[in-house]
Amino acid sequence: MTLTRQDVEKVSLLARLRLSPEELERMTEQMGQIVAYVESLSELDTDNVEPMAHALDVANVFAADELRPSLDRGAALANAPHHDREFYLVPAVLGE
Amino acid sequence: MSLLSQRAVDLLRLLENGELTSVELTRAYLDQIERHDRDVKAFIRVEPDRALARAAEIDERRRAGKPVGRLAGLPVAIKDLLCTAGETTTCASRILEKFVPPYDATVIARLKAADAVLIGKTNMDEFALGGSTENSAFQRTANPWDLTRIPGGSSGGSAAAVAAGMAPLSVGSDTGGSIRQPAGLCGVTGLKPTYGRVSRYGLVAFASSLDQIGPFARTAEDAALLLEVLAGHDPLDSTSVERPTPKYSQTVGTPLEGLRLGLVREHFGEGLDAEVDAAVREAIKVYESLGAQVKWVSLPHGKYGVATYYIIAPCEASSNLARYDGVHYGHRTDEKKMLAELASERAALSNAGQHAAADALDNPLVRMYRQSRSEGFGAEVKRRIMLGTYALSAGYYDAYYLKALKVRRLIRRDYDAAFHEVDLIAGPVTTSVAFRLGEKVDDPLAMYLVDLYTVSANLAGIGGIAFPCGASKEGLPIGLQLQGPPFAEEKLLQAAHMFQQATDWHRRLPPMVAEAGRTPA
Repeated sequence: MTLTRQDVEKVSLLARLRLSPEELERMTEQMGQIVAYVESLSELDTDNVEPMAHALDVANVFAADELRPSLDRGAALANAPHHDREFYLVPAVLGE
Repeated sequence: MSLLSQRAVDLLRLLENGELTSVELTRAYLDQIERHDRDVKAFIRVEPDRALARAAEIDERRRAGKPVGRLAGLPVAIKDLLCTAGETTTCASRILEKFVPPYDATVIARLKAADAVLIGKTNMDEFALGGSTENSAFQRTANPWDLTRIPGGSSGGSAAAVAAGMAPLSVGSDTGGSIRQPAGLCGVTGLKPTYGRVSRYGLVAFASSLDQIGPFARTAEDAALLLEVLAGHDPLDSTSVERPTPKYSQTVGTPLEGLRLGLVREHFGEGLDAEVDAAVREAIKVYESLGAQVKWVSLPHGKYGVATYYIIAPCEASSNLARYDGVHYGHRTDEKKMLAELASERAALSNAGQHAAADALDNPLVRMYRQSRSEGFGAEVKRRIMLGTYALSAGYYDAYYLKALKVRRLIRRDYDAAFHEVDLIAGPVTTSVAFRLGEKVDDPLAMYLVDLYTVSANLAGIGGIAFPCGASKEGLPIGLQLQGPPFAEEKLLQAAHMFQQATDWHRRLPPMVAEAGRTPA
């Protein structure tokens, strides 16, 4: 199937990216080529194959439920572009 | 012989005997960086003062007869995607340009506990996405053998640093070949351990089911020493396995009796450069002369490796890189400017009577995310996020991601079958020697195909090692890759060491290191 510029624009919103018209143009072309290449997998019959999500066949790993020290608030906020020493700050979402 | 060309194990002996101090050694590497890194650009950041202070402190402890760690006084260069507490960790990305991690990655903590001297952070493809280190937001690293060529990637800076005599040891990460491929192209030894062997805690994640950290060094013996420090179970990484770490540095010298070496039929076909083909076949003869039995095996699904990888890796990357939202850390767009632009777009649409379009505009938070990410990420990162988001989006998940996970199983089964017949698989690392800077930057698919021989090991989760086995007519390194069943790092290192005992390829030095040996220190 061919990937259209509209498809790519929609994906860019899902991916939380903003692409210029030139970037959209190039992205549509390059993604089209890559998607066409990876579609070679469709020639394989995989109906009875168990998907392999992970290289290790490990069961769930549980941690003991005990209190341990973690990052304090100051350290957690230290790299934030915008904070008030208590919370991360973002542009208003509701109402303007 | 210059310090810069010596093996880490020999340097360690000199340090232990008191014939050399860590300050002298660290200074020798810093001098080499000073002389040549403006051309090679292996490092994003060098920490001369911190490194020398640390070296002096270790020298002091050693002189006083106090206990010192396994790597005491040896400089180590670190790929800039391992978190170093209080020191910038950029992933060669604008989005993390000012990011100062609040904690150390487990491997960094292990290196510090081993008294290694962390000399600096090395260049890489942004977020490790790439195979040439040309995707760094800051600089392009050159191959120390030929400054017009790429060092490979994504751990190109770590490979180049060892090749250029700027550090005896370095650390990289390998998601689709990012240790083995640059090791092969720069003529050094690089090992990608089995998934789970080394803790990934504090490694900035790219593709979590594929990423693995590993060592670069001049020789297998040195790599064994470094791996011994890096490896081991870590409760902070639930994918790190709970099994004891073998004493790699003690077993590396034991030759493998009756080694059964597999050659993959599909690796010697069309697309393999004639010089690489010849060098690899010559290397196989060396193994035969050492008593190895060579046998042809088949990995029939190997040809689907790159396609499988370029679904799974972008899917995981798009998900991992969602954390860069301009909120918790990393770059955020100029908010005032962004809000003003959004307001004027809205006004323009409303004035034109396009109310539906005005309502469909991003809300300020979404626009902040989109704008921040678009300013912070480079072209390749955007491409992979887009590919992954597309492949995971409603309606395509089964066709791409689920399909790829099934083919991944087939690739793993091929290996399992092959390892019933042979102990290790030998073959090329790449189809050709290092290509020229800029040669493939405009052709992402051609760049992806560079990973042909390396991606399958990551998909299967097995280990692999690359080391020099020849040179092209122009003198560029050619690498040999060995792959082994899960947790066969000991064998990989032993086999590589056997080869290095019988040949001199690992002793070849690029001119900038050979010449440093001729000038008195």
